[in-house]
Amino acid sequence: MKFLSEYRDQKAAEQLAQAIRKRVTRPWTIMEICGGQTHTIVKSGLEDLLPREITLVHGPGCPVCVTPIELIDKAVAIAARPEVIFCSFGDMLRVPGSSKSLFDVKAEGADVRIVYSPLDALKLAKTNPGRQVVFFAVGFETTAPANAMAAWQADHDHVENFSLLISHVLVPPAMEALLSSENCVVQGFLAAGHVCTVMGYEEYVPIAARYNVPIVVTGFEPMDLLEGILMTVTQLEEGRHEVENQYSRAVRREGNRPAQERIAEVFEIIPRQWRGLGEIPASGFQLRGRFKKHDANLRFPSSGEPARESPECIAGLILQGIKKPHDCPAFAVKCTPENPLGAPMVSSEGACAAYYHYGRRQTHDVHIELPSPASR
Amino acid sequence: MADGKPTTFTLSCPVPRVADDRIVLAHGGGGRLTHQLIEKIFLSAFSNAALDQRHDGAVLPLDGLTTGSRLAFTTDSFVVSPLIFPGGNIGDLAVNGTVNDLAMCGARPLYLSAGFILEEGLEMETLRTVVKSMQEAAARAGVQLVTGDTKVVDKGKGDGIFINTSGIGVVEYRTRLTNGFERVRLQPRHQEPTTTGALAPEGGPTIGPTAVQPGDAVIISGDLGRHGIAILSVREGLAFESPILSDTASVWPAVEALLSAGIEIHCLRDLTRGGLATTLNEIAGDRNVCIKLEESLIPVDETVQSACEILGLDPLYVANEGRFAAFVPEAQAAAALDVLKKVPVSQGSVRVGKVEETPGRTVVLQSRIGGNRVVDMLSGEQLPRIC
Repeated sequence: MKFLSEYRDQKAAEQLAQAIRKRVTRPWTIMEICGGQTHTIVKSGLEDLLPREITLVHGPGCPVCVTPIELIDKAVAIAARPEVIFCSFGDMLRVPGSSKSLFDVKAEGADVRIVYSPLDALKLAKTNPGRQVVFFAVGFETTAPANAMAAWQADHDHVENFSLLISHVLVPPAMEALLSSENCVVQGFLAAGHVCTVMGYEEYVPIAARYNVPIVVTGFEPMDLLEGILMTVTQLEEGRHEVENQYSRAVRREGNRPAQERIAEVFEIIPRQWRGLGEIPASGFQLRGRFKKHDANLRFPSSGEPARESPECIAGLILQGIKKPHDCPAFAVKCTPENPLGAPMVSSEGACAAYYHYGRRQTHDVHIELPSPASR
Repeated sequence: MADGKPTTFTLSCPVPRVADDRIVLAHGGGGRLTHQLIEKIFLSAFSNAALDQRHDGAVLPLDGLTTGSRLAFTTDSFVVSPLIFPGGNIGDLAVNGTVNDLAMCGARPLYLSAGFILEEGLEMETLRTVVKSMQEAAARAGVQLVTGDTKVVDKGKGDGIFINTSGIGVVEYRTRLTNGFERVRLQPRHQEPTTTGALAPEGGPTIGPTAVQPGDAVIISGDLGRHGIAILSVREGLAFESPILSDTASVWPAVEALLSAGIEIHCLRDLTRGGLATTLNEIAGDRNVCIKLEESLIPVDETVQSACEILGLDPLYVANEGRFAAFVPEAQAAAALDVLKKVPVSQGSVRVGKVEETPGRTVVLQSRIGGNRVVDMLSGEQLPRIC
């Protein structure tokens, strides 16, 4: 398939892997920011091709994983209201709140629907004027333009019964938070390609300079990741720390200007809570000015349930790249996708779920034939 | 009367007018409307000797069933939404689904029952379309629908039509003759006797998961994911350059061809809910074996693959309704493929992997780029990802 199969080609992959092996002289730890990249790495068994010197750690770029538990509880409380049609992307539904997930309230009779776009939720609001339609607007910069557009359109068309429960977070502040932590093990970053499609990559230049880390904007296919790793390793070996763009077929330096303008019109930047990481200053969006009337957080009174995280879940350490999923004693024992203790076990982009589905048995029934990312 | 005109009196009895373009509760009430529904829609479509008895159950001839032949019996319920989708509808699905379950036992499908749960307000035209498809699918599969039931539920308590079908088939006993193998087979009255050839050695094991063993080759009968994506494309309102049609079909002709060719079949499984990944995980788990797949060998239509990429789904887990996996000894894999490729429903057959001893209870896939990963059982539904 065009634009797909050429990025999954075994010969080309082997050539890139060889180039990486040639380049590497000592151990390096590289973090891929985005959960989509983690997913590809584990799904394609990409770490089998890498030299042992390279350790990939999985970053906080899984929107499902970093949405704070308070907001999941709030979503569950709103969804349970009889007048509400609660719309969400699919993988938010299984995320455990303090006591329930959206799937749980759905089973109890709540009207919870999976949509593919916030504009579909807006359409539902128009066709159900007697109901309150709430969209769970979760994600990084990638999903921000569509969510901004939904709020803008609702305002424009006077769709009063539509609101957004917003948990929007931004990549650069999270990278800075990670880099300024004294536990930081990351020496180079694969920046999230689709975030940069929207935002461009100028904002990463000061980070690379301040913390002396190479940052390579990287795509999501196996070939992209291998090339991104090669570019990062090359910089590390040469002692450079620049921002480079591997994903040039989708990302321009300045990003998508019209999308950025819409985001700036609709959202303002605020400090945000990140599940597992805590509050990060200037790291998220909320609706601004005339769009505030579509803010579900303001429209529906607080749920009142005090948030309770599972004490056994080490999601915070995993999202910072300090620990790997199999370092957690609960992993695959008490914490499984069917009964997750924390969010990274839920989404297909979550590191724990990715390890569970694609690498678990290799870790637990250790066998030599299949070297796994988890066993390194 | 004061004006002296005679009174005219027309008899106007308030008989409730029943629209015949929609299902109403009375269609399930057991009275005249029920009777009409059965006569006009079901009996006229499925007419056969057993059904035409209009009895509480079907009494079936089993001419030719010899000692050693065994009956296969299965049931399945169909609750698909939308009822009509590209490439089929709930009707042919309900027939093919049960026919295929029988075929997976190595059984020649013979008879079906059909239970309908209809929702008040269902358009009669939709029901007619569904029943017509069932009739055609049954005819293609060579099965008779011999008994049935209809219930009507209040509006809002169903989803248009739910169908349950149960099926009976026969696993024919094979005897060894001096000039090779020949099957003694049941010849139901509605099927023309055909000559069938050789089969597995006499007294061979039952076709099923217990017969899977290290050294088996894994063959799938065609490309994956068409049915699931056809359904999703309608549900999500996705339009593709070329529409994706469901692969719903009876796979019995393919199984019959394998049996007739004397291929030693260890196991057959249809790749319905949960797709290839789930089916193989069940077998690997039950048999404590490792199933190794090669991603580059697994056929997925380009449009289906694109849809999966867009929707964030893995075609290995997407449902099929006309595909199966066959486990045969490695030495017979090439012969089995030759046979399968000559049958229209399985002409896209390919060998996608093999069964090994270790690591047990595991399905491993070698990815296109040469890395390995475990293909796990699905946890809950496949959920579309955020970005």
